[in-house]
Amino acid sequence: MRAGHGRRHQGAGRLKASGGTIRTGAEVDQVLIRNGKAKGVVLAGGEEIYGKLVISNADVKRTFLKLVEEKELPDIFLRRVRNFKIRGSSGKVNIALDSLPEFPALPKDSPAYRADMHFTDSIERMERAYDDRKAGRWSADPFLDMMIPTTLDPTMAPPGKHFMSCFVQYAPPKIDGRDWTDADRDGFAESVIAQVAQYSPGFRDRIVHMEVRTPREIEAEVGLTEGNIFQGELTFDQLLFNRPVPGYAQYRSPVGGLYMCGSSTHPGGGVMGAPGRNAAAEILRDLAKPTLHMSPAHDVI
Amino acid sequence: MTSSDLNWDAIVIGGGHNGLVAAATLARSGRAVLLLEAGNEVGGAARTEEFAPGFRVSTVAHLLNRLHPDVVKTLELERHGLTVEHGDFMPSVALSKDGPLTLHGAYGEVLTGASPSEQSAWKDLRAQLLRYAGVLKPFLSRRPPGLGGMSLAEMTGLGQTALALKRLGKEDMRDFLRVLLMNVYDLLDEQLSDDRLKGLLAFDATLGSHLGPRSPTSLLGLYYRLSGEIGGLAGAQVQPKGGMGAVVAAIRAAADKASVSVRPASPVAKVIVEKGRAVGVVTQGGETLRAKAVISAINPATTILELVGSREVDTGFVRKVKNIRMKGDAAKLHLALDRPPQFTGVDAADHKGRLVAAPSPDHVERAFNPSKYGEFSPEPVMEITLPSLADPSLAPSGACVLSAVVQYAPYALREGWATGKPRFLKAIMAQLETYAPGIGATVRHFELLTPADIEARYRMPGGHWHHGELQADQMLMSRPVSGWSGYDTPLEGLFLAGAGSHPGGGISGAPGFNAARHIIAMRA
Repeated sequence: MRAGHGRRHQGAGRLKASGGTIRTGAEVDQVLIRNGKAKGVVLAGGEEIYGKLVISNADVKRTFLKLVEEKELPDIFLRRVRNFKIRGSSGKVNIALDSLPEFPALPKDSPAYRADMHFTDSIERMERAYDDRKAGRWSADPFLDMMIPTTLDPTMAPPGKHFMSCFVQYAPPKIDGRDWTDADRDGFAESVIAQVAQYSPGFRDRIVHMEVRTPREIEAEVGLTEGNIFQGELTFDQLLFNRPVPGYAQYRSPVGGLYMCGSSTHPGGGVMGAPGRNAAAEILRDLAKPTLHMSPAHDVI
Repeated sequence: MTSSDLNWDAIVIGGGHNGLVAAATLARSGRAVLLLEAGNEVGGAARTEEFAPGFRVSTVAHLLNRLHPDVVKTLELERHGLTVEHGDFMPSVALSKDGPLTLHGAYGEVLTGASPSEQSAWKDLRAQLLRYAGVLKPFLSRRPPGLGGMSLAEMTGLGQTALALKRLGKEDMRDFLRVLLMNVYDLLDEQLSDDRLKGLLAFDATLGSHLGPRSPTSLLGLYYRLSGEIGGLAGAQVQPKGGMGAVVAAIRAAADKASVSVRPASPVAKVIVEKGRAVGVVTQGGETLRAKAVISAINPATTILELVGSREVDTGFVRKVKNIRMKGDAAKLHLALDRPPQFTGVDAADHKGRLVAAPSPDHVERAFNPSKYGEFSPEPVMEITLPSLADPSLAPSGACVLSAVVQYAPYALREGWATGKPRFLKAIMAQLETYAPGIGATVRHFELLTPADIEARYRMPGGHWHHGELQADQMLMSRPVSGWSGYDTPLEGLFLAGAGSHPGGGISGAPGFNAARHIIAMRA
């Protein structure tokens, strides 16, 4: 797809066309609650914005442990939110390249250059990468989900230059129980570059610039707690009627008028929009408004 | 007239404890039952054997924690010499360099050696675990639910489970459903903080399986353990006087009383199949024995692939049987010691308990990692008992027997057990030495059984004491294989009754008992 995930801007356009307003640079600090009902939000700058409904697209931990005061929530709900597992496990390395890397193992002009590439040739290698993660380290020999999007869409880089996107596993939210340091981040990047260079001679010389995102950066930049890209682990105990927490799997929360619509909710993460769509349907139901205008969705499960 | 001319009602293959339970139960219904045991003694993996001159030990299973109450009652095992009293319950001691922690009574009715807050957290968690295991417990004595064409009794059984869930109350039921398939590591992290206690529980959850505490669904292993009961108390454990062989002796006595004909040293070569029906067996000695029903209480894969043969059953079924995972990870160590060892910080009474060397869940996880790659744990985890302290008849006067289950020792060790075994023994002894300094110097004789040894000696493929990994995909209606979980096989007249069938391994007698009751109910 050309423009990559930029297509979400089309969604933004549609929101505006439907009469919505988007404000950027408007970090929410708190959800305003009066008598157990959400009345609006307070922005980081102190501005108060009132609304009939508040729908949080932030993860369940961020929403209920940071934006909502403890006293507004039942103990059992708080306990379950605290127990929600949202440990990050991946990182991202975006690499600007001077020229297209070569992979001698591929025939020249192989369509694989435009494909999703992996170097992981055995399950044992993946498993060992996970052992490092369990021990609180990034994987010394990570597995990469690697693409060169400029082979499909040359407009993403200056003429002749390329961009490589590496999704990397595993990267824990903390290193040996402490926060990531810049040196850790560089070590993590090096494990990625070293692996690519093993399969692509001269790779290091082509690197013009690199952007490294460990769970630390992901949390700081995107606001995902512990850098978990799915806003919560997709294990059985956190799926279906247990997502995000038992008793609140239907986008509602213990606070009246406060809803959840992010990947922390059913069915989970990935760029699919299903949690948002389902949340909208539930909200319309609570408002006793019709949902006929919603286009049909595919069943997820 | 020779036995060949007799038409038996039932022939039971395998004189392990499940085979004996099945045979005794069938015989009590008036059937003429012949039990064929390959070895010279019945008892299978529940035997007490001499491993060094004057030293005897329960060579595979060394603790009794789940002999099913229906088996005890129906076979009147107490009348046949099996007695358990509350005072016999063994404590579980979590060994650690920080000093031990002890679970007393039935799985920690009282916890000592931990902080008051941890004791209170344990009280809550223990109650919760027993409650949840209690919901699952009735499944032990039933055939697994079928997926279609359920009988009224099966429907009623499931209905009772639904009711039991409902009785938990809304919030507790929600937690039950949330944690059911969780890994034990995460659950312990939610509720406890003492690594020693968490290590012991993580060990118990993964004992006998190819799972680490952080592997998905590892909590099920703890539920399985806690669904067992002894003397009416869930989670309790005892060492029978005379070793596990005494339990077998009681079941054997019940079988004798019910007039089961037991023939040791009679390995079966083949199950005779005529027109899709099992009609008897041929022994390795060449003798043909015919029966209305053949009940195999040995390994399901051995039964189908070797005794029946793949040409007698459909390919799909054969494929499923071949796919049963059953490579064991547990080794068994027996030491003949000059004198009782002294475990640091452990008092005299607790030496008679179960000593668990698994100081933290992370330690157990690290021990598990190499087994994924066919390597043994450099710092193994283990469950140690000193059975001769409570039963001096097991060792010469003043000497001591040590019996330990040690993980992880992968069946298919990459380097091979010929060179691996002495290295593994060294790793085990190094661990033992840290908890009981000086123990190494008192070793008079040792026996280390790797899964490969257990396979060869006890005819247990993969050396796996459950005869098939006890994991979610090989439990209930998927045990031993999906579609054939109710002790039946595609061959009419052939039934499975060993640990490879539901509910699984351990000295419970449940698979043998359930199979026999099923056969009696269907009048086979």
